[in-house]
Amino acid sequence: MSINRRQFLKRAGAVTALGLGGSFATIGIGDRLASAASEYEEAPNADKIKHWAMVVDMSKFKTEEDINRVIQSCDKIHNIPQMDNSKDEIKWIWYDDYEHTFADSENEYLDETMKKMPFIVMCNHCENPACVRACPTGATFKREDGIVTMDFHRCIGCRFCMGACPFGARSFNFRDPRPFIKDFNPNFPTRTQGVVEKCLGCYERLENGEQPACAEASNGGLIFGDLSDQNSEVYKIVSTKFTIRRKTQFGTQPNVYYLVGGGDRA
Amino acid sequence: MYKGGRIIASLVVFVAILAFPFFYNLGKANAGPVINVPTGSQCVEPVAYMRANHMQLLNQWRDEYVRQGKTVYVNSQGKSFNINIDTCLQCHYSNSSTTSATAVSHPAVSTTGASNPAVNTTEASNSVVNPSDQFCVTCHNYASVEPTCWSCHNLPEGANQ
Ligand code: SF4
Ligand code: SF4
Repeated sequence: MSINRRQFLKRAGAVTALGLGGSFATIGIGDRLASAASEYEEAPNADKIKHWAMVVDMSKFKTEEDINRVIQSCDKIHNIPQMDNSKDEIKWIWYDDYEHTFADSENEYLDETMKKMPFIVMCNHCENPACVRACPTGATFKREDGIVTMDFHRCIGCRFCMGACPFGARSFNFRDPRPFIKDFNPNFPTRTQGVVEKCLGCYERLENGEQPACAEASNGGLIFGDLSDQNSEVYKIVSTKFTIRRKTQFGTQPNVYYLVGGGDRA
Repeated sequence: MYKGGRIIASLVVFVAILAFPFFYNLGKANAGPVINVPTGSQCVEPVAYMRANHMQLLNQWRDEYVRQGKTVYVNSQGKSFNINIDTCLQCHYSNSSTTSATAVSHPAVSTTGASNPAVNTTEASNSVVNPSDQFCVTCHNYASVEPTCWSCHNLPEGANQ
């Protein structure tokens, strides 16, 4: 049998088409069943807030112990690794001095106690979050309840968000965090090498109707609530007392308010 | 055909090399994965649906949970399940080293998989269960798919810590 080039190409084309067509048919019939009819519901006990906010009452943080108790309550339940150097450090909630917390309003005549006071800091769950703007994959986003959260599955570790956040609220996992978790909590996932992480607003506690862990451990030093609810304590404090927020000049509208000298005024 | 003999001879050799793995494995046992789940249990959706679509369902669960704050899945029969990887593990994982009572009755810890070349269970015993014996792992090994769930999610009692 002898075929010319033209015939050969024609037959080869026909066979290829047959093969391709066949594989499409199998995919179409075999693998895709009609999607199951189903629904998704919110947790029955969920604390349905619309505007996540926190007030830090500085009068309640007198000793180092007050601060460490709060930080440890978060570290423990969220499997935060304790790294041995500051470059690899993972922080969700920590403390800093006045100069670094309120960098824009620092002045050399500031009252000494204020200068030395340790301020609890964390992600501000900003109204206008710079990190969300920067994230190219949609891994970081703002939920309807106001929490700025992350889908770690989507994080590609580009760290744009870390550069964008003016508050240093984000940490990168340079190393596998698991060997550095001191007190492992099996009910909360860990993170993995190559993703960024930060405070997630205790979404997992709010869905059970609980307070954020830090607020619960703070003996009233951290007041959590819904700013859109005029009966909430946070609304009452923020709307009647003098509070300050961090680095407002960047326009991110932080949702952590510091009640400075609240004890004297209350 | 110009140099037809050589071309055909080379083609035969080429096809023979290409088909070598097929003939090499011909007639060898190729047992499937060890699929052991407690009898009488029903997955969140019918088995056929789960077999074809579990990965899409997991992605959908993740998006609904993380983005919409939905924590409960109501399946096509109206039954509710918590959106959590632990819901899967209740049936698809058993750690016999900590719960010896269930270890005996739970088929997932049987050593029948030891003869299965797809799973590395040759040393599996009822006292220590390697995560690699578990249902999802043996299936994925068989299909040559490597899920990365456990680099963040926890197996019960921190078995993968
Ligand atoms: S504090 Fe930083 S990480 Fe948190 S929401 Fe604002 S910009 Fe994003
Ligand atoms: S590091 Fe992750 S969360 Fe941050 S911007 Fe990149 S993808 Fe988004």
